[in-house]
Amino acid sequence: MSILIDKKSRVVVHGLTGREGSFHGAAMLEYGTKVVAGMTPGKGGQTALDGKIPVFDTVEDAVRETGADTSCIFVPAAGAPDAVMEAAAAGVKTIFCITEGIPALDMIPVVALVQSAGARLIGPNCPGATSPGRAKVGIIPGSIHREGRVGVVSRSGTLTYEAVQAMSDAGIGQSTCVGIGGDPVIGTTFFDILQLFAADSETDAIVLIGEIGGAAEETAAAWAAEHLRDVPKVAFIAGRTAPEGKRMGHAGAIISGGAGTAASKVAALEIAGFRVAASPTELPQLLRDAGYRG
Amino acid sequence: MKIQEADAKSLLVAQGLPVPPWEVAHTAVEARVAAERFLSEGAQQVVIKAQVLVGGRGKAGGVKLAGFAEQAELVAQSILDLEIKGIPVRKVLVGPAADIVQEVYLSAVLDRASRKILLMGSAEGGVEIEQVAAERPDAIVTIHADPLLGLQPYQAREMAFRLGLGAHLKDAVAIATGLVRTMRAYDADLVEINPLAIVNDIGVDGLVTQRLQCLDAKITLDDSALYRHPELEALRDPDEEDPADKEAREAGLTFIKLDGTIGCMVNGAGLAMTTMDLVKRAGGEPANFLDIGGGARADKVAEAMRLILADPKVNAILVNIFGGITRGDEVAKGLIEARAQQSRDVPMVVRIVGTNAAEAAILLEEAQFVTAATLDDAAAQAVAASKAGAA
Repeated sequence: MSILIDKKSRVVVHGLTGREGSFHGAAMLEYGTKVVAGMTPGKGGQTALDGKIPVFDTVEDAVRETGADTSCIFVPAAGAPDAVMEAAAAGVKTIFCITEGIPALDMIPVVALVQSAGARLIGPNCPGATSPGRAKVGIIPGSIHREGRVGVVSRSGTLTYEAVQAMSDAGIGQSTCVGIGGDPVIGTTFFDILQLFAADSETDAIVLIGEIGGAAEETAAAWAAEHLRDVPKVAFIAGRTAPEGKRMGHAGAIISGGAGTAASKVAALEIAGFRVAASPTELPQLLRDAGYRG
Repeated sequence: MKIQEADAKSLLVAQGLPVPPWEVAHTAVEARVAAERFLSEGAQQVVIKAQVLVGGRGKAGGVKLAGFAEQAELVAQSILDLEIKGIPVRKVLVGPAADIVQEVYLSAVLDRASRKILLMGSAEGGVEIEQVAAERPDAIVTIHADPLLGLQPYQAREMAFRLGLGAHLKDAVAIATGLVRTMRAYDADLVEINPLAIVNDIGVDGLVTQRLQCLDAKITLDDSALYRHPELEALRDPDEEDPADKEAREAGLTFIKLDGTIGCMVNGAGLAMTTMDLVKRAGGEPANFLDIGGGARADKVAEAMRLILADPKVNAILVNIFGGITRGDEVAKGLIEARAQQSRDVPMVVRIVGTNAAEAAILLEEAQFVTAATLDDAAAQAVAASKAGAA
């Protein structure tokens, strides 16, 4: 089954005619993803990716003409919140926003509007998702994956690739890998993704990759302790050596009341039954230790 | 981006919030002149506050009162001689000392968990909110602004009543909504007033009235939003920014200098932190956190290399690139270019995987770079090179 995306997903790429959009759009297509449309205002009627993909002026046109149900946004930060809202308004149900550097306050109303439209936003500032052998949306290199039954969720981009590569090299495949994004305000959290994995009949184990700041890992861990009790669970937390106070805002530290450090996250995950790796390369062995036989 | 108290107060004043007057002084003499003015205007005492971008100024002796101008000069000098958490005090804020009746804490913050703006208050003003959160979490009042409509008047009234500001309801509501407005106007992550105080105000007729005033102000701005507030760039304090951090920022890199010997160049914040963690685990000490960001081109890589080598303690470099949006061959070209220009010869271990890694591998092999296949290997090799360099 996989989560978020599969062979049936029909993807419209916002910014397909731009540098990043065309490069990664081509890679998505090559991976086997059904990239059905591009969206660049003013370029409607043109084609992209060597004439293979029609480009539309609006997402609404793209949805009507191609049946797109998934958006992949490569629009610069100033226009990305608008792109997310346009996708949600056009009825797109799963929206990946790859763009980084969007002002955090801009995303507050956007996340609320996406929710009220019944859509799901992943990101912003995320690498997207891959359901190996089925589809990939975003910028994760397709070559690192292997088909399998472990669900991977991460706040990071490149660190996810590191972990997934280590798993694939060890013969452990993935059902879906999702990068939820490193920004303060994101559409989909660890908690949301764990719920999706819990309901997925083709996901038998969980890998969670977190980092310092906020309390999203702790929240997800508490839920997993109760609802994923018998599922093999492993985790990695980046930032054990990060200096305090450099990036972590005042606000995050206050609200979580002592949470936010690598130590607190590792402790919360271990209490919840996760095995926590000291290096991404340890993840495959820990999955085995946790009883995963896939 | 953090800004100084005086600049934060200017932003509050621009949004119509009540802030007592102040002047910024860079010398003790300037402080005396400012004190003379406030004392002549009727202040009983003046307060002199260190302007540094770190907390705990009061405990460090950076906030003091003076009753006459000569004393203000001496007090200002003593504060200007201080170093607070390693930062030399270069300027002070001088203002009339308030006659405080009651202090509370009030802030508007970006709450990442709820994905809303959070109005946070505590009847215990003047105390660091972290301390209140740790000792008496029940004393903190939290109210979330609607994500689409913002903070509503009833919410601001509720906050005012719960902080015991019922006698000043109208002003308290104006301040609470003003904090959220300030946050939105400047794209701040945090707008904090601590303390917000009821003060005695002696009018020209000698009558004492009470009113609310923002006695302190702390604002942090969202770096991602600065592009649309060019005027706020002027509030960046060059005195407190490390020159290397400034260069990195201008080059679009995220750089944090640390104390170790192994320079790290990585793409992605999570992987950059992991690389540091693994250097430490392999027995070395990272010299920096450096994220070259997504889609970095050759020129950015060259700039990153220059920043790393500017630190004389660096005796080995670890480059770890896992290409997604970043293309490995672009990074390889940047490394080759940087090495041709670099000021000193430092052993470098390069690991490039992911997007266009094969093209990168060819370029690196032609240029005879030392490469590593896995991150654990790369960390071990860099640590060995660093130790050999130190021996």
